[in-house]
Amino acid sequence: MELTLLGQTALAGLFPRGISQYAIGGVLIGLGVSTIYLGTAITPGASTFFESTLSYVSKIPRFNRAKYLVSRDWRIVFTLSMVAGAAVYALTLGGGGWTTDVQAWRLLAGGVLVGVGTRLGKGCTSGHGINGIASLSGTSFANVATFMLTAIGAALSMQALGVSP
Amino acid sequence: MSSDSRSPLFMPTIVLGGALFGVGLAHSGMAKPEIVLDFLQLQDLGLVFVMGGAAAVTGTVIALATRYLDRAPLTGEQYGKREKTFDRSVLLGGVVFGVGWGISGLCPGSAYASLGIGNFPMLIGIAGMFLGAYAQGYWRSYRESTSGTATPSD
Repeated sequence: MELTLLGQTALAGLFPRGISQYAIGGVLIGLGVSTIYLGTAITPGASTFFESTLSYVSKIPRFNRAKYLVSRDWRIVFTLSMVAGAAVYALTLGGGGWTTDVQAWRLLAGGVLVGVGTRLGKGCTSGHGINGIASLSGTSFANVATFMLTAIGAALSMQALGVSP
Repeated sequence: MSSDSRSPLFMPTIVLGGALFGVGLAHSGMAKPEIVLDFLQLQDLGLVFVMGGAAAVTGTVIALATRYLDRAPLTGEQYGKREKTFDRSVLLGGVVFGVGWGISGLCPGSAYASLGIGNFPMLIGIAGMFLGAYAQGYWRSYRESTSGTATPSD
């Protein structure tokens, strides 16, 4: 009895918002990725969108490689569909719109580093974190372990420096 | 894959998959940088279930498709795994991405979904991502054109 209570308290401490929203959301994300994979054999990552979309406006050869040119149309459709899916959710079950309190400089500095890092590291939380892990790719495990540890270190440092929100 | 060999159902499938992805990101709270930062500050470990749940579903589908199915109906492409070659830039990129993620709570997919839930300040973050990706591509192209030797592409 007391042990169960102790276990529940520990669990509530690690997951103060509960677990179900996270698990259900994760399964929905997996179903989205799987739908595209089963139909097309493509493992869709979210961050190649940057390079493939830059090919419309930049002549730099790096952005105009064949793999970006053939995928740039569907990557835009994919990205806009994510925006639309989240919008429909917010307007129906999700309780309406929401705005972050995280400061603009954090959004900008974080965004720039994320842009550099995903392109340098060949993927992001969806490319490596979902498709790569799902493929049991050693490269992806190495990338995910690296960014998880670094991100936890960076976030705890920000907290220790008193940066909030 | 050339666009000519795509089925008319190709784009609708991308739309359906992307929309499910966006709903999942919104429902899981990953579209809110605050919740991602709570994970990274070890105050709510729920993100493990998001990434784990998504990878478990996708992993099962990939394992079954590569074993029992031949070619994807909408492209004629063979089912495969996502395998990128390992080199130093995988780790270096992971570090740079990790610092950015830890500073801001932003990653690409969740940023798109964040716009969808009406979080327009996220446009600053997405602009930052484009700037970063452009700078990285510019630097790589510059280095390749000046070094004279072709760098192996990823």
